[in-house]
Amino acid sequence: MTGGATGATALRVLTQLRRDPRTIALIVGVPTLLVILLRFVFDDQDLVFYRIGGPLLGIFPFISMFVVTTVTMLRERITGTLERLMTLPLAKLDILLGYAVAFALLAVVQVTVVSVAAFGLLDLRVEGSKIVVVALAVTNATLGMALGLFVSAFARTEFQAVQFMPAIVFPQILLCGLIVAREDMARVLELISDVLPLTYAYDALARVTTGEPLDGRFVLDLAVIVGAALLALVLGALTLRRRTP
Amino acid sequence: MTAITIRGLYVRRGGKLALSHLDADIESGRVTGLLGPSGSGKTTLMRAIVGVQVIERGSVRVLGDPAGSPQLRRRVAYITQAPSVYQDLTVRENLRYFARILDVPPQRIDEAIETVDLGEESDRVVNGLSGGERARASLATALLGEPEVLVLDEPTVGLDPVLRRDLWSTFKRLAEDGATLLVSSHVMDEADRCDELLLMRQGRILEHATPADVLRQTDAQDLDEAFLRLIEGA
Repeated sequence: MTGGATGATALRVLTQLRRDPRTIALIVGVPTLLVILLRFVFDDQDLVFYRIGGPLLGIFPFISMFVVTTVTMLRERITGTLERLMTLPLAKLDILLGYAVAFALLAVVQVTVVSVAAFGLLDLRVEGSKIVVVALAVTNATLGMALGLFVSAFARTEFQAVQFMPAIVFPQILLCGLIVAREDMARVLELISDVLPLTYAYDALARVTTGEPLDGRFVLDLAVIVGAALLALVLGALTLRRRTP
Repeated sequence: MTAITIRGLYVRRGGKLALSHLDADIESGRVTGLLGPSGSGKTTLMRAIVGVQVIERGSVRVLGDPAGSPQLRRRVAYITQAPSVYQDLTVRENLRYFARILDVPPQRIDEAIETVDLGEESDRVVNGLSGGERARASLATALLGEPEVLVLDEPTVGLDPVLRRDLWSTFKRLAEDGATLLVSSHVMDEADRCDELLLMRQGRILEHATPADVLRQTDAQDLDEAFLRLIEGA
């Protein structure tokens, strides 16, 4: 692995994104509009808005980066550029980290805009540190990206790739505790949610939003998110084959 | 000097043998044309040489090392039949990316652009280019690192005659400077421009000789006819 090739890959992915301003506008604009919608839906229920809005800020990047990465990586596989990269002097890790850096930067932009709207205009309140919410959002973006890289290997077309969003992201959102507290769910569902990474991402965000101390449980949450992202990256690296049949 | 040595190569693609018991030696300093009908195994052979093809049996050595070795990635360049460049980047941005990976100086980018005659189009996004221009952009990326071995899968498809002639003289010049070029084509009039010909059919090598020798052996007027006679005689 060389720092040069990782940086070059990150720069290349960012240039590709810049070529597609509509996608960037959607990535930044859609969550912003959704937060505004949420504000109106819970117009006279401030506490519900706070309880859902805070964690949602940190979950949007997970969803967006998952979708964007799945499709971008699939394109690399389909158009033959991945095969070309595999004949060049760069490590698989250069490709993965290049993507990670580029999408983490995009996540920073997304989270910043959505946060300004939510905290500034909609008066969203979190008890804990807003910086920690933003930092968690970027970490979750990396998790979404890593999962996207991995699942892109199982899609042959962009239509299939897009379907991975409801297949892999939706169940996690339903089970993570955002909609119904996990302890109120059927025991089986709670057990399933125990092994889904978004559960820990939500838990960490909920802790910051409600101002709970960032203690051992918070550290565990972080460790699981980072661990899951690394695992997905390793699995993703295994799907990048130098030789194909 | 032999740059590429292939011994007893078997490759299976989609359940059937794409290459069977293939032996070949490809010389450096020469342009070797790889010719044969579509489906004869040209692309599979090229993929095996650059080390992206899973092979069943046999050996492929390039510049003394097993095909696909990490130390070969700087010395061997490959372009696929379908242009493999990023559609949403300009020609120059594509080249800049590959130049950084190969760690070659930026002036190589301009040289490569000039070689494929894309000066006017260099700042246009690949998506908006014609098929021939995309193919040239893809070819330019292969020329960046001044590789010792160039494996080019149908690099001149859809190009106008003038440009084709210019590119073939570029290939010749590179070979004269010592590089090894393996260029596939299904256009027989390009065979004339090669120093050596590898004629393939059904996963095997039918003939490996200079164009002049092929003509002499088959007593044919042109290479098209020579190839037909070789197939019928086989």
